[in-house]
Amino acid sequence: MKRLTAFLGWLRRGRTAVIGIPYLWLLVFFLLPFLILAKISVSEMETVQFKDLVTYRDGLLQLSIKLGNYVFITQDELYWRTYVASLKYAAATTVLCLGIGYPFAYFMARAKSTVQPALLMLVMLPFWTSFLLRVYSWKALLSEHGWVADLLIASGADQLLAAAGLITAPGKLMNTPFSLVLGMVYTYLPFMVLPLYGNLAKMDLRLLEAAADLGATPWVTFWKITVPLSKAGIIAGSMLVFIPCVGEFVIPELLGGPETMMIGRTMWDEFFSNNDWPMASAVAVVMILLIIVPLAIFNKYQAEAQEAGR
Amino acid sequence: MASSSTAAPAVTPGGPAAAGAGQPAFLQIRDVVKDFNGYKAVDHVSLDIAKGEIFALLGSSGCGKTTLLRMLAGFETPTSGQIILNGQDLAGLPPYERPLNMMFQSYALFPHLTVWENIAFGLQREGWAKDRVAERVDAMLKLTQLGKYARRRPHQLSGGQQQRVALARSLAKQPQLLLLDEPLGALDKKLREQTQIELVNIIEQVGVTCVMVTHDQEEAMTMASRIAVMSEGSFLQVGHPSEIYETPASRFVADFIGNVNLMDGTLAVDEPDHVVIDCADCRHYVGHGITGTEGMAVTVALRPEKIHIGRHAPSDAFNTARGTIKELSYFGGYTVYHVQLGSGAVLKVTLANTQRHRDDELTWGDEVWAHWSRSAHVVLTQ
Repeated sequence: MKRLTAFLGWLRRGRTAVIGIPYLWLLVFFLLPFLILAKISVSEMETVQFKDLVTYRDGLLQLSIKLGNYVFITQDELYWRTYVASLKYAAATTVLCLGIGYPFAYFMARAKSTVQPALLMLVMLPFWTSFLLRVYSWKALLSEHGWVADLLIASGADQLLAAAGLITAPGKLMNTPFSLVLGMVYTYLPFMVLPLYGNLAKMDLRLLEAAADLGATPWVTFWKITVPLSKAGIIAGSMLVFIPCVGEFVIPELLGGPETMMIGRTMWDEFFSNNDWPMASAVAVVMILLIIVPLAIFNKYQAEAQEAGR
Repeated sequence: MASSSTAAPAVTPGGPAAAGAGQPAFLQIRDVVKDFNGYKAVDHVSLDIAKGEIFALLGSSGCGKTTLLRMLAGFETPTSGQIILNGQDLAGLPPYERPLNMMFQSYALFPHLTVWENIAFGLQREGWAKDRVAERVDAMLKLTQLGKYARRRPHQLSGGQQQRVALARSLAKQPQLLLLDEPLGALDKKLREQTQIELVNIIEQVGVTCVMVTHDQEEAMTMASRIAVMSEGSFLQVGHPSEIYETPASRFVADFIGNVNLMDGTLAVDEPDHVVIDCADCRHYVGHGITGTEGMAVTVALRPEKIHIGRHAPSDAFNTARGTIKELSYFGGYTVYHVQLGSGAVLKVTLANTQRHRDDELTWGDEVWAHWSRSAHVVLTQ
């Protein structure tokens, strides 16, 4: 009996450790750096050092929090514009990835089980080469006399893109919102496809038969049964695409242009061109809050809806 | 009292006669074949089912019963043959246009919809007006006694309740034909017995014609008015449950339905009113003629509950065998004895425990005489 309780205790500790390690990881490599960042963002620079937030001298305890950086963010139009641009391009990328990725994942999940591993392999194959190289190669494809550019111009698609304001002028495809979003969709598509595939592949196909039996055409069945049941996959895929897209730095650098400046670039400038770490930190903190707060609220609602349903 | 026999005709639940004289049957399955890459899952099957009948396709897994049901529902297309429902050939009709509904194995309830929405799903596809849908759904909820669960999701219900939701959903559109795929397979034994009766009551109340698939013979026997025993894609026997049990047409059917003792023997005497069959351990006197010739090899099937055992030799020289009790299994209501006969064959005998304690309890190692009546046997030639 004693040995049994000892064993159960060990088991429980083991379980705690298994859950604890990822939490510890997040604590050390996410929460702690975030707090440091937050601290820097309200610190004052003293030549090359940050001033302490709390000082005690001659019986005087001082707490100094400089909110100037945050005030400045709300006043300078540059920040506001780049935040909005980041959210806009991230949202466009997410919607496009969903539009392309959903049918892709759907037919992959419904393909013969013998070809599914091969299809899955094809989705993951791009990860085998450097991300930088793959994005860089788009530069060659889209700039003058690149074959994708030639194809788009020959087909007249560039006229449409220009009319929609996605490229600056017909014939010029690089360094435009078009090339930026193309690069981001290309890069992040697998992150949409994989969770969707995982979700759709384990769907109970008898539910679709049940819907057909009750008089639903395949089209109605898709919208009334398949889509609602794959909601978890849609949400997971969208988050995996949207969140990194907001802070994306490399793709806008390589494929974007002057008018597609995103927040990642602004941050880079603050850190390394202006060397204004408190300002850069403030920009980063605001970005994290911009992403996390809406997602946290969304998650809470989602959980509550599940709670009510389940 | 003399007229009572004519006043109350024997109840023959929807036998083949119910199809009526000359009129085509309600559901006709005509020479249907389903070939999966050279494997005939359903092999030239024909069947007539009358309106209002509860018909069971009974067989072990892989016998083709589910394939046949799926062809009725439209999920599989017959390789050849015809399926005609109420005069309409179903060929070429997709599942969503067929005037029938199916209750799926483990129910296939939509997990993201409430009980109410699950039942309403089929009606909404028909484009019914809102209040008409509500009226019908409420009627179905009442029929299946699910009223207070209307707002729940399927996973918040017990297995029995889920089963009733599935039934309500498949009956909501008032289908001409109801298909049941292992309707009680997902329930535990105790609940199953109770639900069998409920299910039959509801189906009879609605009056829908019903084809069910099951591997559980008790389920088929208690629920169906007729049973088709299936094996390897064909029907071995079609008939009323008692017909299948008491007069099985083949060794396979006798063995598949219930417990049976099968004894191989040869036909020794063939008279118009009786036959004598010689087996290794006994001589059978069968009180009815059979079509056969003397010297022919036959199999005698004896149900365990039709055999009596005791310590004393019966006066009759026929229909008796001597042996030792090797094994006994007590089931409460009855006990099954395994009696080893002279040849080494084992005879299963069931005795009902009509008394709490027997004075002379039979037990392991006892020498006993088994005896059965002249009408207990079924003589099988195939």
